[in-house]
Amino acid sequence: MSYTIEGSTGPWEVVIGLEVHAQVTSMAKLFSGAATEFGAEPNSQVSFIDAGFPGMLPVINRECVAQAVRTGLGLNAQVNLWSRFDRKNYFYADLPQGYQISQYQYPVIGTGQIEIQLGDGSTKTIGITRLHLEQDAGKSLHDQHPSKSYIDLNRSGVALMEIVSEPDMRSPEEAGAYLTKLRQILRYLGTCDGNMEQGSLRADVNVSVRKAGEGFRTRCEVKNVNSIRFVMQAVEAEARRQVELWEAGEEVVQETRLFDTTRGVTRSMRSKEDAHDYRYFPDPDLPPLVLEQSWVDSLKAALPELPDARRARYVGDFGLTPYDAHVLTLEKETAAFYEAVAKGRDPKMAANWITGDFFAGLNRVGASIGSSPVSAEDLGALLDLISDNTLSGKLAKEVLEAMFETGKAPGLIVEERGLKQVTDTGAIEAVIDQVMAANAGKVEEYRSGKDKLFGFFVGQTMKAMQGKGNPALVNELLKKKLG
Amino acid sequence: MTHPTELTIAGARRALAAREISAAELTQAHLDAIAALNPRLNAYITVTPELAAAQAAEADAALARGEAGPLAGIPLAIKDLFCTAGTRTTAGSRILGDFVPPYESTVTGNLLRDGAVFLGKANLDEFAMGSSNTSSAFGAAENPWKRQGDDTALVPGGSSGGSAAAVAARLALGATATDTGGSIRQPAAFCGVSGIKPTYGRCSRFGIVAYASSLDQAGPVARTVEDCAILLGSMAGFDPRDSTSADVAVPDFAAAVARGVKGLRIGIPREYRVEGLSPEIDALWRQGMDWLRAEGATLVDISLPHTKYALPTYYIVAPAEASTNLARYDGVRFGLRENGEDLKDLYERTRAAGFGDEVKRRILIGTYVLSAGYYDAYYVKAQQVRALIKRDFDQAWAQVDAILTPATPTAAFGRDENQDDPVAMYLNDVFTITANLAGIPGMSVPAGLDGKGLPLGLQVLGRPFDEETVFAVGGAIERAAGFHALPALRAAA
Repeated sequence: MSYTIEGSTGPWEVVIGLEVHAQVTSMAKLFSGAATEFGAEPNSQVSFIDAGFPGMLPVINRECVAQAVRTGLGLNAQVNLWSRFDRKNYFYADLPQGYQISQYQYPVIGTGQIEIQLGDGSTKTIGITRLHLEQDAGKSLHDQHPSKSYIDLNRSGVALMEIVSEPDMRSPEEAGAYLTKLRQILRYLGTCDGNMEQGSLRADVNVSVRKAGEGFRTRCEVKNVNSIRFVMQAVEAEARRQVELWEAGEEVVQETRLFDTTRGVTRSMRSKEDAHDYRYFPDPDLPPLVLEQSWVDSLKAALPELPDARRARYVGDFGLTPYDAHVLTLEKETAAFYEAVAKGRDPKMAANWITGDFFAGLNRVGASIGSSPVSAEDLGALLDLISDNTLSGKLAKEVLEAMFETGKAPGLIVEERGLKQVTDTGAIEAVIDQVMAANAGKVEEYRSGKDKLFGFFVGQTMKAMQGKGNPALVNELLKKKLG
Repeated sequence: MTHPTELTIAGARRALAAREISAAELTQAHLDAIAALNPRLNAYITVTPELAAAQAAEADAALARGEAGPLAGIPLAIKDLFCTAGTRTTAGSRILGDFVPPYESTVTGNLLRDGAVFLGKANLDEFAMGSSNTSSAFGAAENPWKRQGDDTALVPGGSSGGSAAAVAARLALGATATDTGGSIRQPAAFCGVSGIKPTYGRCSRFGIVAYASSLDQAGPVARTVEDCAILLGSMAGFDPRDSTSADVAVPDFAAAVARGVKGLRIGIPREYRVEGLSPEIDALWRQGMDWLRAEGATLVDISLPHTKYALPTYYIVAPAEASTNLARYDGVRFGLRENGEDLKDLYERTRAAGFGDEVKRRILIGTYVLSAGYYDAYYVKAQQVRALIKRDFDQAWAQVDAILTPATPTAAFGRDENQDDPVAMYLNDVFTITANLAGIPGMSVPAGLDGKGLPLGLQVLGRPFDEETVFAVGGAIERAAGFHALPALRAAA
């Protein structure tokens, strides 16, 4: 079932394309040597180039280009060996040069594609139109003084990758899955930290609606959405607004809009009429960017394993379900954690424990993989205690809970709490005898055909053993004794 | 002995090395000349006597130690477009206010490295936009030359008018200048001195206030071809801080000056015989041809068919680049600020008060030609024509080693002439502008006087990065012309 919005005139299809601005992970800015660290004192990471002083000239940072090429390779995209920087001209107080250096006509990366994973287990291919490098602007602070605006130029000149998708998405879920996948790839590559709260990753969402079989209708661009959840909400809110307009016999006007996260609606920012004329033209301070194929090849050879390849390996080599493989590869850190736990152990068992009780435990204590109180080593040790029959599955869950609370190793917790399961058949038989003696009537009922009572005897036996009886042995011995 | 201000740079170097004169004396003689004449000529916007004296003292110490650089103690004027650390840099504009750069341009840094003494900052057309030095916010500079029996103030040319006037009037031994469409060669010709615009990329643009980035190039003005070669040798060189700087070795330019022209093929482009060319300049051009032929060069009639499109092409490309290069003068971070009701008002007030008419005109033209709907018809077309102009030269180099043309269509004109017609003013650059569009080196050498006693120059154009041949041809013209006429206004006169 494809996603549609039900209007009074019937279903409407939603068409979505994303423009994502990803801050390049680099030590220095795109055209100057100034540092890029987040959260530094205002205006402490600004060179004369970033501040647009007279006579200052840009010089391209090779590492930023390498990061863009790595990203392009990760998006299965064409690397353009010849590209060019243009000036995008507009006046604003936090844009010191009066223009942004960007790539307009000839981007460094051309068309590519990525595959997104959807909730129903299906996948879909989303086209990448282009990726280009550009400078970020500074930041205007309007709330520091009653009548003045302050400018922080730390971000001015920081390298951004603008990654533009084809209008291939058809639902909020697909938009969310695309952004999730894109962020995952960037993080695997180490080319952008993907941190949306700090603004290292921002999305402009292009939305239009149409009736089945139609060409594209007018789109609107929702600017600067800063979380995946908000992207999904913005798509739906904007699509609904457009459906209402069309159905009321009005026109959707091409314009730039903002998503109001508190009210869950989009509102107009500026219309096409007062859109800037950016007067793009080639930046005469910068010669064309010419890359050697051999350099691109060397970057390609050094790329890390990407999420799709890792997921395929987990399914093919480890026998995981596609869903588990997907969940475990979402974050590079999770995959690394999983591989540490699974090493030398049953990979499926490791996957089940991590996606089940371990993730639940992280949630409960509000930790992430990086800050988990349970290390991969300790979780592995817990699995070993299950494999050698020291712990039943049920006891192991208890131990894991204790591990999350105390951060202690599983062996220590088992010892301290005396949680070791009982596998002594004599001891189990003795308890079974007591249970049967105390419930003679039920024994008769069972023997006369009431099979359902078996569970009652298991429960009573385990209760009498405080849960420490080996479940398989308890079952086996009960069957024997009850006949 | 020769008055110190009458020395050439080569001569001063010999005198300093022989301790016939100290750097302090040489500098003081120039500071005295500036004090006497600059109030009249306005060749300098800013004079830095203390700094110059300190640099001269350092040069004397270095000379005494035997560790002097190639320009130790040579007093120079610095066009006020070069950022100089700690010294106000105005670009001839009000909008920079009292901007004091905390950094040094690469070219001036190279000169300081070699021991040069900076006397001050030379006047120029605002943001180097002009051919008369009348658009300077700090007042026009005056040409030290006079028409015979006529005291009319003449323009020194532009935009490097202050540099050329200072060198001609003996207020400096040499000067830095920049050339975007003729801004070194035209004022050099008007003031009877030599000047070379080297190949684009030869000198770093780092720290030079930008006018039109793809055309701007620094070069020297001096009284002899050899002095220009000495200065360029110091100014030039690869600079990783300028992405358009060329990573090529700097040859010994001075050694090329005396090379001679025997066996060289000199192109005479028929398209430069423009309508309205003064008969005196035409005659001088023919004289130049005779001189070179007499020295053993072969003259070749050549065609540069797209020459007539050079001026309109320039007046699209240069303003387009200028319109965005000058966007940074917004009153927010440095320079002049005129506060307003809001940000837009601040921009409008600041830029209205800060920029002069010619700058505003070019920003308007540039903004227009880059606008949506006009970009293809103007900017893209101009780039295509520019490629054809460059191709004209590329083809010419198959036939010739250098090209000889007049430097300007007229001699220096009066300060009030050409002021009401920007296009007439723009025509001053008709012979020089092609070298900027093609990125090739061009030099102006004084070669004679017109009927009123004003200097006229010949221009030598050369292959990219072959300034040596340009210097060789310029040196031959200089020797043949024997130009020794002196301007009416000069130090020790």
